[in-house]
Amino acid sequence: MDLRVNSIDKSFSGVAALDNVSLDIHSGELIALLGPSGSGKTTLLRLIAGLDFPTGGAIHFGNEDASAKSVQERNVGFVFQHYALFRHMTVADNIGFGLKVRPAATRPPKTEIRRRALELLDLVQLSGLENRYPNQLSGGQRQRVALARALAIEPRVLLLDEPFGALDAQVRRDLRRWLREIHDRTGHTTVFVTHDQEEALELADRVVVMSKGRIEQVGSADDIYDTPNSPFVYGFIGESSRLPVRVEDGQIWLEDRLLGLEAGHAPAGPAQLFFRPHDIEELEGCGGCIAGTVTTSRRVEAKRRVELAVGGPGHRIEIEVPAERSIPDGGRIAFRPNSWKLFRPIEARIGAKLP
Amino acid sequence: MADSSLALQGSFAATPQTPFRDPTAESPVAKWTLISIAIAFLALILFMPLVAVFSEALRRGWQVALASIVEADAVAAMQLTLIVAVIAVPLNLVFGVAAAWSIAKFEFKGKAFLITLIDLPFSVSPVIAGLVYILLFGAGSYLGPVLNSWGLQILFAVPGVVLATIFVTFPFIARELIPLMQDQGTGDEEAAISLGANGWQTFWNVTLPNIKWGLLYGVLLCNARAMGEFGAVSVVSGRLRGETITMPLQVEILYNEYNFVAAFAVASLLALLALVTLVLKTVLERVYGRDHGARH
Repeated sequence: MDLRVNSIDKSFSGVAALDNVSLDIHSGELIALLGPSGSGKTTLLRLIAGLDFPTGGAIHFGNEDASAKSVQERNVGFVFQHYALFRHMTVADNIGFGLKVRPAATRPPKTEIRRRALELLDLVQLSGLENRYPNQLSGGQRQRVALARALAIEPRVLLLDEPFGALDAQVRRDLRRWLREIHDRTGHTTVFVTHDQEEALELADRVVVMSKGRIEQVGSADDIYDTPNSPFVYGFIGESSRLPVRVEDGQIWLEDRLLGLEAGHAPAGPAQLFFRPHDIEELEGCGGCIAGTVTTSRRVEAKRRVELAVGGPGHRIEIEVPAERSIPDGGRIAFRPNSWKLFRPIEARIGAKLP
Repeated sequence: MADSSLALQGSFAATPQTPFRDPTAESPVAKWTLISIAIAFLALILFMPLVAVFSEALRRGWQVALASIVEADAVAAMQLTLIVAVIAVPLNLVFGVAAAWSIAKFEFKGKAFLITLIDLPFSVSPVIAGLVYILLFGAGSYLGPVLNSWGLQILFAVPGVVLATIFVTFPFIARELIPLMQDQGTGDEEAAISLGANGWQTFWNVTLPNIKWGLLYGVLLCNARAMGEFGAVSVVSGRLRGETITMPLQVEILYNEYNFVAAFAVASLLALLALVTLVLKTVLERVYGRDHGARH
């Protein structure tokens, strides 16, 4: 089922939560809505589900305008962050609920509902737990039951609101892999909301990065990480350092120091330089480089992360060096980023060198 | 080696033992003083009157007590009390669920006002509640004569007694359910409708099971109050013997007639009702607490 979100606006008592958002989702895709809290990602998901209604714009399911349809009519499978399992029902009854409440004409017989529930329980790898109650399950198991329950109604799209948000790190990683498998096996068009970029980049076919009620960028994990199209995306996805610089004569300057980076077609004037802390080259001498004084350094996994004070006002930036290098506080380091990007102080991109 | 371990033991023994004490706990003296005061107070104010009711009722033997309970007026009072409760409690049940639902699950203007309004019967004297109905339906009012001309007698009749009781017991169920439903939020309901359930199915299969213990608890309290209400009912009843007398009124009438044994016999029935309510309440709290605690 293709999904088309067309110029959606949504405001809650006058406060805009979504501002002219458009998005095309192809049949069978696994899409992540990624953004910080308050970016509107959950609102967008709830609008697609029909749990809320937009202030303006339209939502199409395939060729059909679903904007005015109720959540029941849309036939979506929705998985909630806190599972929302019915605590007075067994696991099997939870999964069968969507079939049980169907009108008599389309409701399967009891034995069939039970059979479907057990089948789905098998799919989510919880066979044998059908007579348990939700409070007898772990968080990860509950979320699997919630997914089975959503799948039971044979939904046209599957929507997941921070599905792993309430689980601990190890369980999250397992469930992530498992969700990908389920998706590949069932082929449902799936949209999930997350604030965890690792989850989004690892799991989704395409990632929708959102900020302040707008879509910043849509693309594959490679697109989003390698060619971020705004300072927000550059800063939000992965580690990044930024320096306020100036473009003059096709060169990039930090105050009166030449950085040795070609600005290309970037127009003259003030700009922001973004680069990844790990993607740098340390230099011995410095004719055209970024040089700074070490303020602190700390070990982060396989690397050592060094904080530098650069330039007159002492802009703080971070770079990564091999862990075996020991760097005294107050020492000098010179380096040049291998790949970087220039943005105007306000949003627009004005020049880049890509890897 | 043995020496050093001995020395270690010795040094432990030499250390003066300061027993660990819960920092929020009081000293034993304070604790027992407080407990004794509480128990003495309860015994004096609550327990002794309860015993007095029963002992007074049984002073001339249980046959006399029984006879005064099965006497015609007393039976009529019991019947009326039951009728009033049977009407008032279900009505307040429906109202309470509706009010709690709308307050807990929707946002609308005037919500704070509605909550205050629900509390009104708690804050106003029951006598005032009765007088309000006199003003509304009395001979001097606009409504009373009109309803009378249709053959509807409100005041000094069963409808008045029922109305006054409904007013007084109005908040019990709503008050019990509002915090519970607010706490539960709308997640389960959203899950149900996203699975295709309509409003009624959602209420019946999801909302109601979630609130059932709280609801039962509210009904229990509401019922106890409905059967025991005196002030408001006393104003609107008109005290027609065998017609508009509820059990609490019957107790007062018997007492005023110096028929102490009969008064206390009927009163002991009310007291028994209270005791049964308390027991049920405790049982419910246990079950409900277990159910509630298991949620997380």
